[in-house]
Amino acid sequence: MSTPTPPRTDVDADLGGIAASEQPKAKRVKKRLTSRGATAAAIVIAILWTIPTFGLAISSFRPEREVKTTGWWTIFENWGWTFDNYNTILFESGASSASLGSYFINSFVITIPSTVFALVLALMAAYAFAWIPFKGASWLFVMVFALQIVPLQMALIPLLRIFNYDWIDISGTFAAVWVAHTIFGLPLAIFLLHNFISEIPRDVMEAAKVDGSSHTQTFTRIVLPLSVPAIASLAIFQFLWVWNDLLVALVFSGGTVKTAPLTQRLAEFAGDRGSDWQLLTAAAFVSIIVPLIVFFSLQRYFVRGLLAGSTKG
Amino acid sequence: MMSTLTFPAMQLAGRNDNFWADAGSKLGGAAVAIVIFLAVVGLLMFFADRAPKKGRDFIQLTLFVAPALLLLATGLIWPAIQTMWQSVTDRDGTWVGLDNFQTVFTDPTMLTVLRNTVIWVLIVPIASTAIGLAYAVFIDRSKGEKILKSLVFMPMAISMVGASIIWGFMYTYRAEGFDQIGFLNQVLVWLGGTPHQFLNVPPWNTFFLILVFVWIQTGFAMVVLSAAIKGVPTELHEAASLDGASGWQRFWSVTVPWIRGALVVVLTTITIATLKVFDIVRTMTGGQFETSVVANEMYSRAFRLGQPAIGAALAVVLFVMVIPIIVYNVRTLRQHREVR
Repeated sequence: MSTPTPPRTDVDADLGGIAASEQPKAKRVKKRLTSRGATAAAIVIAILWTIPTFGLAISSFRPEREVKTTGWWTIFENWGWTFDNYNTILFESGASSASLGSYFINSFVITIPSTVFALVLALMAAYAFAWIPFKGASWLFVMVFALQIVPLQMALIPLLRIFNYDWIDISGTFAAVWVAHTIFGLPLAIFLLHNFISEIPRDVMEAAKVDGSSHTQTFTRIVLPLSVPAIASLAIFQFLWVWNDLLVALVFSGGTVKTAPLTQRLAEFAGDRGSDWQLLTAAAFVSIIVPLIVFFSLQRYFVRGLLAGSTKG
Repeated sequence: MMSTLTFPAMQLAGRNDNFWADAGSKLGGAAVAIVIFLAVVGLLMFFADRAPKKGRDFIQLTLFVAPALLLLATGLIWPAIQTMWQSVTDRDGTWVGLDNFQTVFTDPTMLTVLRNTVIWVLIVPIASTAIGLAYAVFIDRSKGEKILKSLVFMPMAISMVGASIIWGFMYTYRAEGFDQIGFLNQVLVWLGGTPHQFLNVPPWNTFFLILVFVWIQTGFAMVVLSAAIKGVPTELHEAASLDGASGWQRFWSVTVPWIRGALVVVLTTITIATLKVFDIVRTMTGGQFETSVVANEMYSRAFRLGQPAIGAALAVVLFVMVIPIIVYNVRTLRQHREVR
């Protein structure tokens, strides 16, 4: 978002190479592709797509009385701004209050370890699949790949039962949510990191071996630094996936203010206080602000990660 | 009005309960967990490096793959097998054959659930892909393409719970004669209609839930297809327009065939996401008013209504529905690659 210049695509670059006599024609083609009608239609779609979020954002800063009696589009006739809604949902304590402040912390406490654990374990496994030859490697890798299509729903009930075993007994704690998210994140992470790591030139790896470097050394000194772009994309994807998740949280977090993430509290709050739109809009805005910051600041990695991981779940 | 503003942070400074102590201990706990995890991994690597030469390779290999494989085996493979088993047994573990599936495919409520899932799957992929493709073509190489793109792509970043509240607000209903606070009802009133309870009246309420998911998925379709469109060689367009093809004809005879692979990926990906849609239905209607879908019903039966066997059967149904789509996806992509 920091560069408002029109994007220079490969196609644009090619146009520069075309002989001068042909250039006007190319320009004509280009012009007709982006006719005025098309641009108008695009702007209409863009506005339609933005209105819902825009209305939410405006309403979250309006006083209760205004939100409940007038539409946000009448903001100029019914002028008034306040931070009260945010104060109420974030910090007010009491049985029926949202206390989103605590859940906001919970979301971070759930998301960061779930991302780190999944990435580290996946990196190690991906390295082994790519560069440590062993019997059954390809068979196992296909198996891991295939696991991507197993819906989460298939694992929920039995996994919850495992977490309830006396000697494990982590159900309803952060640990349960971390482990669940780590497991569910692994197939995709291993698959994508393997694709990336196996592309490292063989010469580089051989040279390391000749120098007497062990697998651990090769992994930490060569593979990790070279994989940073892939790690970044995947980390963002896993972070957002966990942050935005509702299903895993509902099943494994226990649902109290001790462990439940924002999404879970928000869903519950929408059920309890469904007509308090001044609070709901503010609450929703609190829950989407972190993804939005990630989205607008790391858009390139975000898109890459999302495109790679869109089949997860 | 402006004088009454108090910033959240000011309120925060005056807090006297143990919010910060609590937050600190939780975040500290997470940090400790990460440090311990990394320390254990590091130590194991350190010792594996210094293992006796004989068998060192094996120890290192085990260290690298075993943790992930063990987790997958206990947390995904074994549970999936158990779920399949549970779907053909009753509460006590006795074999009941396909009874649970018979319930899923004959019970009237369940039939509504299945019907809704079919409607979702028929509409969402096609609508999102069509709008996303049109938008991608419209904005291709136009001024401000980046900004226009991020506006439509943005819903993809936020949670479906957040999206549900955003749209719940759009659909809010106030009785006729009162000022509407939901934008869509206001539009209805402006157009001379009467306000409508969008989420309570079947069967149309399902379509209003579907709209939310289309809103989310269009951005995904648009970004993927836009990248594919940029790959269409300009020469092809030039040749077609020399032959007198109109913009519309060029779109169908040049652009669409060229991006066919991307279209298949987008359609199948969105289809799979649609089959598993849960958050929207649960947050917006809780599956009431005949809006439930398979994934939501699975959760309700297994975790709220105490019918894990039915829940398991629904999970298996979901799994079985996903498989042909994946197979189709893989096959088309392979054929496509061979053609190229």
